[in-house]
Amino acid sequence: MSHDHSLKPETMPSEPEKATLEGKNKFLGLWFFLGGETVLFASLFGTYLALRNSTAGGPSGEEIFGLELVFIMTMLLLTSSLTSVYAMYHMKNNNYKKMQLWLGITGLLGLGFLSLEIYEFVHYITDYEFTFRSSAFGSAFYTLVGFHGGHVLFGLCWLLTLMIRNAKRGLNLYNAPKFYVFSLYWHFIDVVWVFIFTVVYLMGKVG
Amino acid sequence: MSIAATQKRGFGAVLWDYLTTVDHKKIAHMYLFSGGFFFLLGGLEALIIRIQLIKPNNDFISAGLYNEMFTMHGTTMIFLAAMPLLLGLMNAVMPLQIGARDVAFPFLNSLGFWLFLFGGILLNCSWFLGGAPDAGWTAYAPLSTTSPGHGVDFYVMGLQISGAGTLIGGINFLVTIVNMRAPGMTYMRMPLFTWTTFVASTLILFAFPALTVGLFLLMFDRMFGSAFFDIALGGNSIIWEHLFWIFGHPEVYILILPAFGMFSDIFSTFSRKRLFGYTAMVFATLLIAFLGFMVWAHHMFTVGMGPVANSIFAIATMAIAVPTGIKIFNWLATMWGGSITINSAMLWSLAFIPSFTIGGMTGVMVASAVADYQYHDTYFVVAHFHYVIVGGVVFGILAGLHYWWPKMFGRILHEGMGKLAFWTFFIGFHLTFFIQHFLGLMGMPRRYWVFLEGQELDLGNLISTIGAFFMTFGVIVFLINAIYSWKKGEKAPADPWDGRTLEWATASPPAHYNFKQTPLVRGLDPLWIEKTEGKDEMTPAEPLGDIHMPNSSILPFIMSLGLFIAGFGFIYQTDNSAWLIVLFAGMAILFGSMIVRSVKDDHGYHITKEELEREAD
Amino acid sequence: MENTNSNNVNSFQKQKNKEEMKKQLITFALMIFLTLIAFGAVISEAMPSMFVVPFILFLAVVQVGFQFYYFMHMKDKGHDMPAVMIYGGIWAALLTLAGLILIVWW
Repeated sequence: MSHDHSLKPETMPSEPEKATLEGKNKFLGLWFFLGGETVLFASLFGTYLALRNSTAGGPSGEEIFGLELVFIMTMLLLTSSLTSVYAMYHMKNNNYKKMQLWLGITGLLGLGFLSLEIYEFVHYITDYEFTFRSSAFGSAFYTLVGFHGGHVLFGLCWLLTLMIRNAKRGLNLYNAPKFYVFSLYWHFIDVVWVFIFTVVYLMGKVG
Repeated sequence: MSIAATQKRGFGAVLWDYLTTVDHKKIAHMYLFSGGFFFLLGGLEALIIRIQLIKPNNDFISAGLYNEMFTMHGTTMIFLAAMPLLLGLMNAVMPLQIGARDVAFPFLNSLGFWLFLFGGILLNCSWFLGGAPDAGWTAYAPLSTTSPGHGVDFYVMGLQISGAGTLIGGINFLVTIVNMRAPGMTYMRMPLFTWTTFVASTLILFAFPALTVGLFLLMFDRMFGSAFFDIALGGNSIIWEHLFWIFGHPEVYILILPAFGMFSDIFSTFSRKRLFGYTAMVFATLLIAFLGFMVWAHHMFTVGMGPVANSIFAIATMAIAVPTGIKIFNWLATMWGGSITINSAMLWSLAFIPSFTIGGMTGVMVASAVADYQYHDTYFVVAHFHYVIVGGVVFGILAGLHYWWPKMFGRILHEGMGKLAFWTFFIGFHLTFFIQHFLGLMGMPRRYWVFLEGQELDLGNLISTIGAFFMTFGVIVFLINAIYSWKKGEKAPADPWDGRTLEWATASPPAHYNFKQTPLVRGLDPLWIEKTEGKDEMTPAEPLGDIHMPNSSILPFIMSLGLFIAGFGFIYQTDNSAWLIVLFAGMAILFGSMIVRSVKDDHGYHITKEELEREAD
Repeated sequence: MENTNSNNVNSFQKQKNKEEMKKQLITFALMIFLTLIAFGAVISEAMPSMFVVPFILFLAVVQVGFQFYYFMHMKDKGHDMPAVMIYGGIWAALLTLAGLILIVWW
């Protein structure tokens, strides 16, 4: 690896994220990690589905879930998936400032999502006394949705570190894979959420 | 950079070198040493179990301590001995076999090792802090959720941390094999050990997350008051059994497949023939991995899943005998007509075939759901899984150690001691476990502290214990052999066995960049192909040039230390919330080092062409 | 180091990126559409629950397919191994789900 990878227009490869061996390794490594994450979330979903009727006399999902809030959260996260696609689009066009801008928007949308999720949890706990400890259903619900929320939080910290670290030095072949790999992770968070709003909230309302 | 060169440096320098190394060969050494240490620990626990069972109504140890012994014996042997020993051999050999200079993620490789080691140490700290876990290595709820004290908490945190290390190691090997093969090394030219490393890593990737979730649920129930396994609040303890075995059954294939790979390489080398049915071997490996994922519930036949589920899992389990049979016949056919050398590595491999076949046969017996009601939780099952795990995995590790010892340490193990260790261990193994089949059929349950007089179990148990001492003797001889080879062992040439695969094409031990020039692979058994054309080394695929190498780093050690500290915080915050400070301090160390790692660019360094030329002189 | 002048990127490549982006936007519109249908189907209570559950699950699978193949580029070449590992993960995930849903309470 040479130490200076800053990209000039004439040296810009069409896929800067996979132009070096390190980049290719990161790319595959994160994809494989997502393969493992699939099983991780499947185990959590399975546990939730096995316990979703075990309310032990406490509130059930049908009573407490509010679809309006979930819909707004869904829109925020889906849009953040699109904005990270925009960021990658600008990365491939070697337009660093626009990439940073769209990544920033992605982060804000993620933050909005996370805030609403925290609001939702607080609402359940204070208004319904529905907690992690109140029933097996409560444990399973908070664990599944909380694991996803934890992934969002981790993604936000990751994004922030990336953006600050690279704020002043522009795009190069060393950091392009890092940005790309982050966007893959962020899409995967969205994938998990699609199943959460379907399986937990919508199916919870159907009963 | 050879071992001899490092020995001349001071102890502190060597220690720092190993703490910070990202070299796959040094990480392999650390895996082997720590795995070996835990193997001795697990063996000691086994010996204590056998001494307790030497005669009826024995009181060598108390019932509670006995529960801790068998729990820690199983946990230690699977997670802290067999796994790291295999990961060590994979680390030492696989990158050489594919002609790579290092693994894909050297930093993560080191992190994986330190996570495993700190997890193992955390688990074993329980012995000194109020008692080890005592709910069996399977930790079934509600026994594990109600077990008093902190023993099971140590089990949860220790396995969670070392499991994370294993998952990281698995992903690293996968990417290495996909991306870093030398020119010409197509998938269907990879040695079988590389193939089985690949398949086992895939299994790690898909199986370990289930354990991660299971351990999280158990942790939440024990430490944070959730109700997953609490029947009173609607929980269901069978969820643990499913999650554990969805991980646990693939885990036994994670252990046995690399051993299969080693045997394949050893049989073909010492028969001087290419492996019989290479393609069939590869597909049998893939098929075993595929089927291995669909059979976990055969551990749960007596749970009461109903006849339909039991039948499906019984049939799927029996189907695994087919690809395994293919492998056994291919090994036999590899040797048939070959010019066979019998040495220690080959002895362990030859002994594996009948021993493992017995284990496989009893496997089909216990796979029969109806009959399993009779075998379940008896010594028959104990005999079965020791035949496959010791007869397969431990024999494989020992065969692999004898085979690759010269490559890893530059010394050849002493043949006489190798044979002595083999024969005593082999005889001891069959003495210990063969009789246990019959003890089990006679109704002796597993995990019981004592057995009673007058039930005709006395003689069998005595024989079994005598066998355990034979095995202990064998292990001690192997240890002496290892130390002897270090001090006085015969220096190994690059290719002591007239090998066929790429690892024998470089020095013993290899330079830290493995290959001066990346070799060009022209077929299966690439070194052998060159030999048949009268050459004794590989054709390079590139001109001599600068080599890019990764930088060393202490961060993996610090990150793992952070998690280790946080582990104590998690365990003890149930007693006193002041321990939360420890928890947060540990996590702060972890995340702090992660931030340092992301912010500091790590471009590695170059060994220049001139340096390489100078080293050749 | 700093380089924000995008005009010099190979114009062919740029055109290709642009077309790709157009596809991404269509994908996004479809994903929003599928989400609306799923929420609508549940809120309107137009269908009996026996049908609505498989229906919204199907919509989720389609939407996730879009996410993987378009947003994450699994349709592009060089994604063979990622696809193998994701499908492997999905296979293991389905087995896990089957185990936990079907045979836990028996």
